[in-house]
Amino acid sequence: MLVVEKNALSEEIESYVEKYGNDRSALLMILHEIQKKHRHISEFAQQEVARLLNIHPVEVYSVISFFAFLNSNPKGRNLVRICQTISCDMKGKKQVVQAIERELGIKIGETTKDNKFTVEYANCLGLCDMGPAMAINDQVYVNLTPEKAVELLSKVK
Amino acid sequence: MEDKKSLRAPVSQKPHVVPKPEHPEYLGGSITVEINEKKLTVPFGTTILEACKQAQIHIPTLCHHEDLCVAGVCRVCVVEVEGMRTLQASCAFPITAPIKIKTTTNAVRKARKHIIDLLISEHYGECYSCFRNNNCELQSLAKEYGVDHYNFGHVTQPRYEVDNSSYSVVRDMDKCVLCKRCVRTCIDLQEVGVLEAIDRGHNTHIGTFFDKPLAEVICINCGQCINRCPTGALRANDPRDEIWAAIDDPTKHVVIQTAPSPRAAIGEEFGQGAGKSFTGELNTALRRIGFDKVFDTNFTADLTIIEEGTELILRLYKALVKKEIVALPQFTSCSPGWVKYLEHFYPEYIDNLSSAKSPQQMFGALIKTFYAQKAGIDPANIVSVALMPCSAKKFECNRPEMNSSGYKDVDYGLTTRELAQMIKEAGIFLPEMPQSHFDDPFGEASGAGLIFGATGGVMEAALRSVIEFVTGKRVEDVYANADITPVRGFEGIRYAEIPITEVGPVPKLLQHLVPDWNWLKGATLKIAVCHGTANAKKVMEDIKAGGKFSECHFIEFMACPGGCLGGGGQPIPTNEEIRKKRAEAIYNEDKSLPVRKSHENRHVTELYDMFLTDGPCGHISHKLLHTHYVKRGKFIA
Ligand code: SF4
Ligand code: SF4
Ligand code: SF4
Ligand code: FES
Ligand code: FES
Repeated sequence: MLVVEKNALSEEIESYVEKYGNDRSALLMILHEIQKKHRHISEFAQQEVARLLNIHPVEVYSVISFFAFLNSNPKGRNLVRICQTISCDMKGKKQVVQAIERELGIKIGETTKDNKFTVEYANCLGLCDMGPAMAINDQVYVNLTPEKAVELLSKVK
Repeated sequence: MEDKKSLRAPVSQKPHVVPKPEHPEYLGGSITVEINEKKLTVPFGTTILEACKQAQIHIPTLCHHEDLCVAGVCRVCVVEVEGMRTLQASCAFPITAPIKIKTTTNAVRKARKHIIDLLISEHYGECYSCFRNNNCELQSLAKEYGVDHYNFGHVTQPRYEVDNSSYSVVRDMDKCVLCKRCVRTCIDLQEVGVLEAIDRGHNTHIGTFFDKPLAEVICINCGQCINRCPTGALRANDPRDEIWAAIDDPTKHVVIQTAPSPRAAIGEEFGQGAGKSFTGELNTALRRIGFDKVFDTNFTADLTIIEEGTELILRLYKALVKKEIVALPQFTSCSPGWVKYLEHFYPEYIDNLSSAKSPQQMFGALIKTFYAQKAGIDPANIVSVALMPCSAKKFECNRPEMNSSGYKDVDYGLTTRELAQMIKEAGIFLPEMPQSHFDDPFGEASGAGLIFGATGGVMEAALRSVIEFVTGKRVEDVYANADITPVRGFEGIRYAEIPITEVGPVPKLLQHLVPDWNWLKGATLKIAVCHGTANAKKVMEDIKAGGKFSECHFIEFMACPGGCLGGGGQPIPTNEEIRKKRAEAIYNEDKSLPVRKSHENRHVTELYDMFLTDGPCGHISHKLLHTHYVKRGKFIA
């Protein structure tokens, strides 16, 4: 990471701390902002957050590792999350997953070579009556079939 | 830790504690509960666990530790509280109403058994190949609840790689039961903050920042997490095999130096209660194991006092008389955990650290130079072992700069626990050994060197010498029996002022450094003592803010709660009571010694006459007995 990049990131995080305060209860809001902008929270960013909130870096890492929607390592430009919980599972999640894996040529948890997609499992999205459900970035899709899932992916830029 | 209030738990981890009333006898100050149909009156806010202890009712625990904040995560300690739908964790339940508690019902027994079965179903490890065999809290719970088969299955393959990147601490997360005692130790008690729970649900494990190897994060090697881990998941990096190999090799001359704290605690490993010293027995046992020479680290502790005391006098002289800018207060440097803590968290203060090496490293340098010459042995054939209460000493002897003899000054740091194991392997029952003395040419050490083992000990030892150097009077005339009690005790941070009302002649040893003491007349020596890095942090923050500790002249820092006697290599378990007893053992032994001041140790004066001929802080001593430090900083690359 270049020094200028580091400085820019530090400044950015400082601005979030200004906005949300430097109490440790502000941690999640700050992490969300960083995640939104950079799609991951780097080692350096985590240590900067720790420094500014006066907590330990490992505590920041612990929180990030706890939440599926926060991540430490860069992911593809688009995040596909397929519900793996019981209702969706019973409604045919497996076929949907297979179709997506085949279409993108990667396995769950992996990122496509062109960095366009990362595919993951998620736990219940709260749409159990309309399963199988999945989310592409912030948008949820329901009543999926393998064909529908593949079609949705093809529309993503 | 005496002062539980001095623990800074991060807000989220702070336990919900109901403050105990100052006057339990006043109305509302106490509360009467019923435990197993017996009535008991306890102060408001007492936990069920504490109340049961008072009633002499045993409750099994796992995540609970007296030194640490409440966690309530393992649920092994559940009891029934009448009127409540579910069982309650007794360690995390403060009594605020006249409740009725049952500790032996079927529901309680069944729940505890299931919890233990579940813990075991996630546990990978075999007791006979585990260093905690017979001293493991999970194992004893299984025994207590008669576990005779794997009710919920068992892990048959390792899931984690053992992390032995660190010179000091080895982590085997397959044996971890996720009690988070190590997390609370590292974050709350030590305020280093290396370990946390990572990931969630079934994947939860204890890890470091980005799950990096321990050697790459800012661990200070204090080993306090080891001492509080209930299982074999954490242990020290064990050099026993290498040491046995050296002993078995006839071409090697294997010497061991023994620090003051192990002898006051090693009896615990042989079923003797805490608080009894086994100095003479230990010497015999070490010879029987096959060490060629047994030396007393207290000898170099005495030397440390002379060097570090002289350094302090020189710093004060420069500051007060020559008006030069020097780093004050001077910080002690004998605790390698503390040194690394400072290097990471306050690198801007490394000039304040005394440049004197720790007694272990001074001894290492002397063994492979002075002793090798005297005994006519090629230093290349000497294997130098240090028996220490400490896991950080293993890291210290591997610091690249610790080779002033031209060789690795100390080859292996060995902990009390590991030596006890070697003694057992040799078929020796330590308490029954006849007593014997240390070997010459370092055979004599003073009580001042001995008390290095307890918090405040370095300060007391230094004062015993400095007071006599400067005033020309005997310490006994100032403090009864030369017991400098203001610096003793277990309070986290202690502060004392010592007015210098009169001065005497400059002793011969120091005459080439200062002309007289008149510049100290009427001055007040301000000193402080602290133990546990959480307390060190408080002192450092105060210094940074220009508070009262910034005006001190000399501050003793010890990384471990209680000082070395509570070190990360000492027998497990540890708690305040045990640490107090070890301290008593040390102070009692000090009282019984003929020489109790470092400068009265005749071997030390001889060493200056014969070997370190240009005196304390001279060129030779600078080469062999002093060192430098690294500005490490906090950034984890
Ligand atoms: S940690 Fe305890 S239960 Fe596990 S293998 Fe070691 S002694 Fe046995
Ligand atoms: S050795 Fe000390 S600093 Fe290192 S992880 Fe354990 S408690 Fe923390
Ligand atoms: S490593 Fe030891 S102390 Fe830490 S959580 Fe695991 S069992 Fe508990
Ligand atoms: S089970 Fe899939 S959304 Fe709830
Ligand atoms: S000892 Fe009470 S919950 Fe662990």
